Amino acid sequence: MQPKPLTIDEIAALVREKFGDVISEPVKTPTAEFFTITDLEYLQAVMYFLREDERTKFNYLYCLSGVDNGDGSLSVVYHLESLGVHGHRLEVKANCSVEKPEIPSVAEIWRTADWHEREAYDFFGIKFIGHPDLRRILCPEDWEGYPLRKDYKVAEYYHGIKVPF
Amino acid sequence: MSLLDTKFEKGGVIISKVEDLLNWSRLSSMWPMSFGLACCAIEMMATNASNYDLERFGIFPRSSPRQSDVMIVAGTVTFKMAERVKRLYEQMTEPRYVLSMGSCANCGGPYWEHGYHVVKGVDRVIPVDVYVPGCPPRPEALIGGLMKIQELIREEKFGGNREDVKKRLAAKSAPAEEVIMAEHPNQADRSKGQDKKETEVEETAETA
Repeated sequence: MQPKPLTIDEIAALVREKFGDVISEPVKTPTAEFFTITDLEYLQAVMYFLREDERTKFNYLYCLSGVDNGDGSLSVVYHLESLGVHGHRLEVKANCSVEKPEIPSVAEIWRTADWHEREAYDFFGIKFIGHPDLRRILCPEDWEGYPLRKDYKVAEYYHGIKVPF
Repeated sequence: MSLLDTKFEKGGVIISKVEDLLNWSRLSSMWPMSFGLACCAIEMMATNASNYDLERFGIFPRSSPRQSDVMIVAGTVTFKMAERVKRLYEQMTEPRYVLSMGSCANCGGPYWEHGYHVVKGVDRVIPVDVYVPGCPPRPEALIGGLMKIQELIREEKFGGNREDVKKRLAAKSAPAEEVIMAEHPNQADRSKGQDKKETEVEETAETA
């Protein structure tokens, strides 16, 4: 197969052709180009398509991060790369609300998402539906709250140790 | 009290107190626990290595708290680690000493305000004898801190209280400015040497 790097518009067109209107228009800023998956029911299917299709072949998820947007919504950002095949890269986002922080897991599609999703759960409290082992990864198991949320306040004591300076 | 080995006089006979002998042997073989928490640990390892060579003071790391009498808390203590640090401290045999190395272990360092996960000073968990400031401290500073612990051991008495020893040591200490600004014993010679050089230059110029 000849390598053929695609632009974000071409990739978005491929996804639309296959699934219909489940993603937003590609957003282009000087620092990033991405599209958002608006219909979360199709998230796993779209990701699996991006990994398996001969034209995209995103075989590598090189980063997955959580974001607190500060307006009552949380995001997950997926960074994909077609490593050794086409060489192109892609940024995909998915949003959920603070009240119902649920997003389908991609740990079955890219194994590396396992720990990344645990980290996003640990810091932002995003629940990844279908994750094989969703527990805290960095904070202690009995930690209260999600420390990277904008409205997080430190506890007064942790196991009898004073927390604030 | 000076070092025991300066007390040798004629015939290689030495008369001393048992207390001093025990203190001298203890301070000549302080064995720190071999564990590091963050970037300070790299500096601690450098101090153990050949350039700074802590072993010349009889200090070398042990891998078990049962065999060690000094704990060097080298780095950022997180709440998750704090319980382990406390457990390790409790496993050490007495008498035991704790050296807090670097700003993080002293007071939380750069995480003092927004670090939700950092203990704001390891002394909230275990008692600390010596604090070494720096981020991270240079090996010389760590050696200085270890020598402070040696001073502490040297001053100890049977059945004495460590807090009293610290008070006695504090009374002996001099202000830093006096130590730094005091004229170095070699300084006078050095300035003389420079004068000599200049005169020599003049002489050679004349002869030429």
